Amino acid sequence: MNTVLPQRPTTEHWLIRAGLIAVTVVLLIVLLLLPLLVVFTEALRRGVPAVLAALEQPETLAAVRLSLLVAVISVPLNTVCGMAGAWCISRFRFPGRGLLVTLIELPFSVSPVISGLVWVLLFGANGWLSPLLNATGTRIVFAVPGLVLATVFVTFPFVARTLIPLMQSQGAAEEEAAITLGASGWQTYFRVTLPNIRWGLLYGVLLCNARAMGEFGAVAVVSGHIRGQTMTMPLQIEALFNDYDWIGAFSIAALLSLLALLTLVAKAALEWRIGRAGGGLL
Amino acid sequence: MAACSTASIRPADDAAARRSALPGFAPTLGITLTWLSLIVLIPLASLALRPWTLGLDGVWQSVTDPRVLAALRLSFGTAALAAAVNVPLGLLVAWVMVRYRFPGRGLADALIDMPLALPTAVAGIALTALFAKNGWIGSLLVPLGIKVAYTPLGILLAMIFVGLPFVVRTLEPVVMDLPIDAEEAAATLGASRGQAFRRVVLPALLPALLAGFGAALARGVGEYGSVIFIAGNMPMVSEIAPLLIVIRLEQLDYAGAAALALVMLLVSFAILLLLNALQARIAANAA
Repeated sequence: MNTVLPQRPTTEHWLIRAGLIAVTVVLLIVLLLLPLLVVFTEALRRGVPAVLAALEQPETLAAVRLSLLVAVISVPLNTVCGMAGAWCISRFRFPGRGLLVTLIELPFSVSPVISGLVWVLLFGANGWLSPLLNATGTRIVFAVPGLVLATVFVTFPFVARTLIPLMQSQGAAEEEAAITLGASGWQTYFRVTLPNIRWGLLYGVLLCNARAMGEFGAVAVVSGHIRGQTMTMPLQIEALFNDYDWIGAFSIAALLSLLALLTLVAKAALEWRIGRAGGGLL
Repeated sequence: MAACSTASIRPADDAAARRSALPGFAPTLGITLTWLSLIVLIPLASLALRPWTLGLDGVWQSVTDPRVLAALRLSFGTAALAAAVNVPLGLLVAWVMVRYRFPGRGLADALIDMPLALPTAVAGIALTALFAKNGWIGSLLVPLGIKVAYTPLGILLAMIFVGLPFVVRTLEPVVMDLPIDAEEAAATLGASRGQAFRRVVLPALLPALLAGFGAALARGVGEYGSVIFIAGNMPMVSEIAPLLIVIRLEQLDYAGAAALALVMLLVSFAILLLLNALQARIAANAA
């Protein structure tokens, strides 16, 4: 076909192509790969034993435990809500549906610092609900509940946002058939819907967890920075970095980088499973 | 609750819900609205109401403080510059990833998401270590007189780092869907590859380029973790707006912190709305 047409190119000259690929690869290596590599080399500057010793510091262990605790509480809460939201949004049409989707995604466009600030405004020392808290002796800000609330805020959209397009593209035919054949709502959800969306759900949970474990700005505002008590892993990195304990800071950073790498590998595998081409984390 | 049969869905539920044979509309919508209100809407409403405890004059004074204005200028200006740098970089990466095949392409694709997966505090200390004067890159740049760490240039770098995936991931699907026959037609009509790119490809990508710019800008303005380690944080020089919010909170100036946060949110949303309108206009003109 093409041989009949006048020969003008529809792709770039091979030299330009090679040049563009080279520039892209160098850009990705310098901007994205080097920061990752530097984390591991800085942590390992004095060898593996130093890293292990740094990670066994009581404050660091407490930070790891706290990060896990916050993630274990926040992720399931947002998973259940995201599943409920995806069901009503993808399976029913109702006025305000578009607005609801926009509101669910709203936390993504709010600065992490503001995501923490809103909780201090409600529950902090000068907060609107502080008289109530003082009366009952409950602490929210500068304590674990505040860390959880801030984390729930920033990870709110992940699960719903992954499930809604997936469930919309799958359609409701199979579920309607199950209902028509006499299955109950729960039976339909667990036997028909869940098997269909399981990889997408896992994908959303994975991203939600990565963000929950790695969140910095929002938890920095509500934490109060009490060593050994309200410091999550990212906050402990900041504290050690400011103490000039580079091995300590970069050891925790290496741990979180491993989690990020694991997340990226699992994400690639799940994308292959779901059959979606590319698509970012957000 | 979700197990209720279709027969139990009352007419009041909603005309559209009645049309569906599936149960569970009311409870799932109820859960979603309750959780959304408790976690997102009520807290954000409290943010919108809080500054006014200062009175109108107090809010004005609080947000026109020279230190606040410098922080806002720095945050929005640097984020806009970073997004502007990310547009050509992101276009290059998206084009190469979609159109070309080369060894290591899969690895490169995974690497693009790295800034989204890497916790911001980790990115912050890693960039600082790289660009400090004894770091791998800093030791090359500092002798040339280019200081990145602890200067506004460091803020720009961190914002480029966190913003790049937004531009790439916005552009990729659009580059993938570019009708190749338009480029073939241009070539058949005698256009050079450069002409075809400028006259055919770029106009088709313009809305996506704007969308990517907007997403990268919004991310850069709000960014905190990856910036504060490398910024130096000098008031009036390298102090970003989110950091100033934190500082005001530490001084227990809640209303002042809320006022600054509100200004940041409103300006960000206004810019995004403007970019959306511009995109819609370009799309309408193209149609």
